Amino acid sequence: MSFSSKLSRWDLKVSPYLYISPFFILFVIVGLFPIAYTAVISFQEWDLVRNTGTFVGLDQYIWILSQEQFWVALRNTFSIFVLSSVPQIILALFIAAMLDRNIRAKTFWRMSVLLPFVMAPVAVALIFSNLFGDNHGLVNTVLTDIGLPAIPWHQDPFWSHIAIATMVNFRWTGYNALILLAAMQAVPREYYEASMIDGANAFRQFWSITLPSLRPTLIFVIITSTIGGLQIFDEPRMYDQNGNGGADQQWLTITLYLYKIGWGEFNFGRAAALAWILFLIIMVIGLINLAITRRLVRDEGGRGVVRARRRRKGVEQ
Amino acid sequence: MTFQTTPQLAIVEEGIPNARERRRNQRTIRVRGTRPGFWVYAGLAVVIVSAIFPYYWSFLIGSGDASTINDADMSWLPGGNFIANAITVMNNPAVNFWPALWNSIFSSTVIAASVVVFSTLAGWAFAKLRFRGSKALLVFVVATLAVPTQLGVVPLYILFADLGWTGQIGAIIVPALTSAFGVFWMTQYLSQTVPDELIEAARVDGASMLRTFWTVGVVAARPAAAMLFLFTFVGAWNQFFWPFIVLDRQSPTLPVALSLLQSNYFVDYSIVLAGVLLATIPLLILFAFAGKQLVSGIMAGAVKG
Repeated sequence: MSFSSKLSRWDLKVSPYLYISPFFILFVIVGLFPIAYTAVISFQEWDLVRNTGTFVGLDQYIWILSQEQFWVALRNTFSIFVLSSVPQIILALFIAAMLDRNIRAKTFWRMSVLLPFVMAPVAVALIFSNLFGDNHGLVNTVLTDIGLPAIPWHQDPFWSHIAIATMVNFRWTGYNALILLAAMQAVPREYYEASMIDGANAFRQFWSITLPSLRPTLIFVIITSTIGGLQIFDEPRMYDQNGNGGADQQWLTITLYLYKIGWGEFNFGRAAALAWILFLIIMVIGLINLAITRRLVRDEGGRGVVRARRRRKGVEQ
Repeated sequence: MTFQTTPQLAIVEEGIPNARERRRNQRTIRVRGTRPGFWVYAGLAVVIVSAIFPYYWSFLIGSGDASTINDADMSWLPGGNFIANAITVMNNPAVNFWPALWNSIFSSTVIAASVVVFSTLAGWAFAKLRFRGSKALLVFVVATLAVPTQLGVVPLYILFADLGWTGQIGAIIVPALTSAFGVFWMTQYLSQTVPDELIEAARVDGASMLRTFWTVGVVAARPAAAMLFLFTFVGAWNQFFWPFIVLDRQSPTLPVALSLLQSNYFVDYSIVLAGVLLATIPLLILFAFAGKQLVSGIMAGAVKG
């Protein structure tokens, strides 16, 4: 009896650690160790033959930051990120608002919206590179057919960013629409009743009730697309046959540049430094977003409607 | 569609005591008593056409021949060459389609299964068991979600090159065996669905921790585990950056094989897009069977996350 109760107490104490340890052991080896070791390598000049490095301090970081290509890649990455996330979230909001109506065959529409998500980014990129072909691409064919000039989808940085952003938008808009739809359905219906009685129209309802209630979810969507968007690789890599980001780095992104340094030039020290720089950029933007979330999180659960009104009144006074 | 009369109608109906009716009425007020008008369906139809169009386009081009794409009077109906083009892709020595297909199926299945097992175990502990440091550890796991995958690739590559694993499918499986997201997901789900009383009852009945986990935790976790499996599977299947670095053309995954299709000096889009479709078919089959679960998984995750 005493032995079994001892065993039982031991069971109670040790079991939680037994359950989390398989995850943590693997996580430390394949997840955390490489991250820490990237920091070590980033301070070294890595010798491929001997497979060791010599300490060089901040040289690799300085080298990266002094490269014009890095700044071009940074600008391109931000440009593609903005072009893909802003229209995407606006579109996703519209789609979610339509799906939130009392439509027939709900499951059918929801599934169809998610269809692009199952296609690999590489596949999406191949299809859209074809559609955005400079000479025989469908988009330019249609443009010239209706009398407009053809667009230099590859020569011009801006248009190449549009093309790449379109690939991202194609794959993720429906996915984000479903997330926003779920948040819309969590808005208490009483708010709509009350506003109905107050004589609010559909647009006013969307603006004053739906949008404020969605803020936490919107921030969540924005943060996840920041983390994903700043790492973009697959789409720009597949945008032409060479995968170098264009002859004049029109669509060279940070990760594409990292690949070029790491596995084109096999300079692991520089690649590691660039990886850390990218991480820091994502952290900074993530923290800015988090600060905004913190400020807005009080709006969760509908009080936001009142707060928003009060705030607006305050502004008017 | 009269905007003024319907709210009144709905308010009159509010008197009905039946809860289900009430809910329906609330919904009714929301949409002003009617099914939405034509424009909502029209809008959704536009969305769906643009969702399907790239699939159709790749079938259209993939079922033609090399000249279809340059044809000014191209037909909008598919040609008859899809099977022939697909066979060309399968037999292309530069692409290694069959090993790629097998690698994708094998690695995605192993990764998804492993993530589900480890996440369910850890999620159960975080959600329902008390132990020192659990809060801090969970916060730590969630924080790592913000770490980009790029941050680990250089040491991983050096490590795998040292072990002689480059070009081996194991090199893409091992780093993906666990997922911080999976642990977060299972923790959220289990803490919301399993009442503490149930575990206490099992304990009072003398069940061991393992037995409690097995009979209460695993049973309750099933729906969330199925969704986690699906998402991890799709994610692993579509993964490109790391497989592209560490695998070679002898033994690629499907996305890596697709990238090889395009890297020839002459790009025949009828072959490339046939290959694109071919590589997407397995996931389309999965989507046909489990698309509903994917949709509810995304929506459930949004509310809780």
